[in-house]
Amino acid sequence: MYGYSGKILHIDLKSKKNWIENKPEQWYKIYIGGVSMASRLLWENIVPGCNPLDDGNPICFANGIFTGTPVPVGGKFGLASKSPLTGVIGDSLSGSWFSIALKRAGWDGVVLHNSCDKWTQLFIDDDRVQFNDATYLLGKGTFDTEEAIREKLGDDQIRSCTIGPAGENLVRYSNVTNDGRQLGRTGHGMLWGTKKLKAVSVRGTKGVRVYDPDTLNQLSFDISKSAQGKDTEKYRVYGTATGLLAQNKSGVLPTRNFQEGVYEDAEMVSGEYLDKHHKVKVVACAQCPIACEQMSIVKTGPFAGAMTGIEYESLFANSSNLGVNDMRAAIKLITIADQDGMDTVSMGVTIGYAMECYERGVLTDKDFVCESHPEGFTLNFGDGDSAVKLAEMIRDREGIGDLMAEGVRIASARIDEERGSESWKWAMHVKGLEPAGYDARSLKTFSVGLATGTRGGCHNRSAAYDPDLKGETNRLVVDETRGKVAADSEEYAAVYDSLPLCKFIRRSFTGKADRAGAWPAIARLINATTGWDFDYDDVDLIGIRATNIKKAFNIREGWKQEDDELPWRWKHDPMTKGPGAGVVVTDEELEYMKQLYYKAKNWTEEGLIPKEHLINLGMPDVAEEIGV
Amino acid sequence: MATTSTSKYAYIECDPNLCVGCQLCEYMCSYTKNGEYNSYRSRIRTVRVDEVLITAIACRTCENAPCVIVCPRDALTQDPLTGIIDINATKCDGCAWCIEACDFGAISINPATTLAEICDLCKDEPDGPQCVKWCPKEALKKTTPDQSAQRTRRKLVVGTLDIPSKATEPK
Repeated sequence: MYGYSGKILHIDLKSKKNWIENKPEQWYKIYIGGVSMASRLLWENIVPGCNPLDDGNPICFANGIFTGTPVPVGGKFGLASKSPLTGVIGDSLSGSWFSIALKRAGWDGVVLHNSCDKWTQLFIDDDRVQFNDATYLLGKGTFDTEEAIREKLGDDQIRSCTIGPAGENLVRYSNVTNDGRQLGRTGHGMLWGTKKLKAVSVRGTKGVRVYDPDTLNQLSFDISKSAQGKDTEKYRVYGTATGLLAQNKSGVLPTRNFQEGVYEDAEMVSGEYLDKHHKVKVVACAQCPIACEQMSIVKTGPFAGAMTGIEYESLFANSSNLGVNDMRAAIKLITIADQDGMDTVSMGVTIGYAMECYERGVLTDKDFVCESHPEGFTLNFGDGDSAVKLAEMIRDREGIGDLMAEGVRIASARIDEERGSESWKWAMHVKGLEPAGYDARSLKTFSVGLATGTRGGCHNRSAAYDPDLKGETNRLVVDETRGKVAADSEEYAAVYDSLPLCKFIRRSFTGKADRAGAWPAIARLINATTGWDFDYDDVDLIGIRATNIKKAFNIREGWKQEDDELPWRWKHDPMTKGPGAGVVVTDEELEYMKQLYYKAKNWTEEGLIPKEHLINLGMPDVAEEIGV
Repeated sequence: MATTSTSKYAYIECDPNLCVGCQLCEYMCSYTKNGEYNSYRSRIRTVRVDEVLITAIACRTCENAPCVIVCPRDALTQDPLTGIIDINATKCDGCAWCIEACDFGAISINPATTLAEICDLCKDEPDGPQCVKWCPKEALKKTTPDQSAQRTRRKLVVGTLDIPSKATEPK
């Protein structure tokens, strides 16, 4: 087999035994890699119905088909577990060196079972597995942990996935981090912390071989050069943060906990402002010729020295969404999240929720009393200093930070139960996952994409904001096309997430990002790598299969139709400003679009998957278990 | 540490301001030399000290190269015209003295052969060094110290003199 080793490494964290599972080539043709393969490994290895924090919930890594080859932006991998934050599938994607080391070590995937009995740094050294004591790493941030491991093991090519203090403290939306990139959303860090797993490190010294290297090199070279053109300019020059002003103009920039979609001080927290005042350098993930990560630093004030990469999603959550117009505070907040291993979006949205609680009198100064802040503090929108204090309390689970570390769904339920308030009405989440930076009230196609999202409110999995914002659909109303548009955009994204390739390359194949522009080029890359005979339809099926295995997982874990729901605010509380003013997604509209979406997916009216459909997709065992 | 002066010979230079750390140079070097993509078998190495301090290093073709002098088995020789170091694989036994002697950390042991390997500027490739060809950010150049100095001088002039010209937009 080319492009794959055919081997999955299983490690039992409890007994410290490991074993190799050989997978047939056909299995790879169905599940490919990344999010799809990680989800399939989770399907195969979880104890169905288990609590996400139980030993029965495994950690599943899946490499990419192009990982370790020169294919631009192919150095990515997927990670899947049942999410502690949402209770449904937690599938994350990250780029960079870790995946390449894993590929060179000879593993297509790794499954970690059970839990460690003490804090452990797991080391996969080519085909040897070592359990190392992690005491010396405790309390260290993510990047420092990686460095300390390289130092201790004496090889600067050792790559690690780590958790920071937030993961050690079991923050429900803590992340796993590798090479300064985040396996974001869904709270993998809490699961790792529960398993006392501080880091998984890999050294891979073997080479990667492909079926037709001359062809693959040539295709890769051409894509790499075309990726220096105007199609990727916005990523290369300003990074994703350049989206902030565009979203503001469209009236979908979440502002003050999603109360409005227009932020009056957007210019002060824009990608352009960042570029001018804070940018240090642009860096890339491994294997990426685009380089979008805008490393940015705070030079003045109390947060001087804070430095991290600033993405749009991190930025909106910690600036406009908090009404904070001081870029220095936003960078500090994002730095805390990145260094200490928390999800920037969930953290920002949770702080926004807390700010609204404060402004509405549900929380008061004394609620923020703790050892670090004996007098408590105010938490109004716009107060970056207080936001930073709360972020640190969340990381340490100190005082009310302990509650806010649970995410808005659990925090609001507890606060409302305690105080008789109705803060759930401004708790912004879908299936427990705090949404990304597009207000979905006036993006109706996107709203059904979010509601039906298998991992909750996620812009990476549903890309349906794109047709809405580009005007391909009328974003303010609902019509019979929306189910198909939402399903198509989800499956399109799932192809990239399962190869995986970074979506930022999508226009660089032929200048056109649509299926006709990208799929044939991707098929050529797959064939040169593996020697397979993939065509347009086979590439298209990758996304359909990926979305179905994830949905199948959720069904087996007890998904119900009413879980495909939107936050109350988006259904009942219209914005007052901008192009989306006065618009909400009504119950009727959402139900109608859900039905359209299920139909477009070839699912039943109840949102279940017909047996026959799964068999046609090449998943007979899945059909047997959950098909109807 | 004794510092060796870099030579009049050409070598691969990396501009750390442009290098983004993608490692494509390593992939293509190892593929060109060994037929597989493997950073451990690359003769150019990226260095990532922290999130922003990133560059790549290959042989600097020193004059009176210490690696040549130090080799106890006379496995290393330097081409007097190009400065390229040749490692005779039948003489080399992988003792790593050359690695210790190199001021730039530019020599490595190939884990598959356990012998030393060093950049030869892709002297047998018709289109020259593959790392330079592939570098997406044009951070890598095949250059000599003289050429490097010329570029620095030009950059200085363009950046500091406030005279409208073809090279600079009028301010």
